[in-house]
Amino acid sequence: MITLFYLAGAIAIISTVAVIVQTNIVHALIYLILSLLAVAVIFYVLGAPFAAMLEAIVYAGAIMVLFLFVIMMLNLGQHTIDQERSWLSLRGWIAPTIMAGLLLTNFLYVMDGIDHGVEPTRVGVLEVSVLLFGPYVLAVELASILLLAGLVAAYHLAKKRD
Amino acid sequence: MESIPYEHGLILASILFSLGLIGVLTRRNIVFVLMSLEIMLNASGLAFIVAAARWGHAEGQIMFLMILTLAAAEVAVGLGLIIQMYRRFQTVDINVLSEMKG
Repeated sequence: MITLFYLAGAIAIISTVAVIVQTNIVHALIYLILSLLAVAVIFYVLGAPFAAMLEAIVYAGAIMVLFLFVIMMLNLGQHTIDQERSWLSLRGWIAPTIMAGLLLTNFLYVMDGIDHGVEPTRVGVLEVSVLLFGPYVLAVELASILLLAGLVAAYHLAKKRD
Repeated sequence: MESIPYEHGLILASILFSLGLIGVLTRRNIVFVLMSLEIMLNASGLAFIVAAARWGHAEGQIMFLMILTLAAAEVAVGLGLIIQMYRRFQTVDINVLSEMKG
């Protein structure tokens, strides 16, 4: 189990790096799907099978298909790859990398004093569902209203105007 | 089953978050910026799941579900905006949108 955790973590990090340095947008999307699937494996190893399923179905499935659909609609061909290559100068990477590195150092510094982990307890669909439709039912309703608002907004924004 | 070090999961989440931040700051293509935002949201969801596994509670997974909903709504609105932007300016370069600076 622990080997699987580190393997999936390495895959997630490598494919995420591949996403942010990629010039071909479809390849970047495939790498992003790989990264999300690796994170889904980590969820499963950590004892959250329900979250792992949702990660694979909703994130790697639905949201990425939405991305792919829009990329197909935009019809970005070879010229955008060359354009992308010209936008990515080495100089532009320095400042963001330093800033993100500082943030990461901060994170690691904060996490320094944390005690070592215990065995991950498996929290299945039943426990999550009982809580979701018990004390957190208002949150579920609000999430559905948020999704409805997103649907209406996406329809309105993507509508063709003359 | 061997135990997984709790802080290693959190370190992985922070690394993914930082990579997403680099992507948001570096890229000029707005689709890549949106993808990097997805990476950052996913990393925060991973942190919640790791915390849920550490304490053995289901609340972390419920927070992950909320993040998932938020990400789906955000992507729908963001992609709608990208389509509208491409129609109006024929480009996906975010620097084109700086015309409001006066």
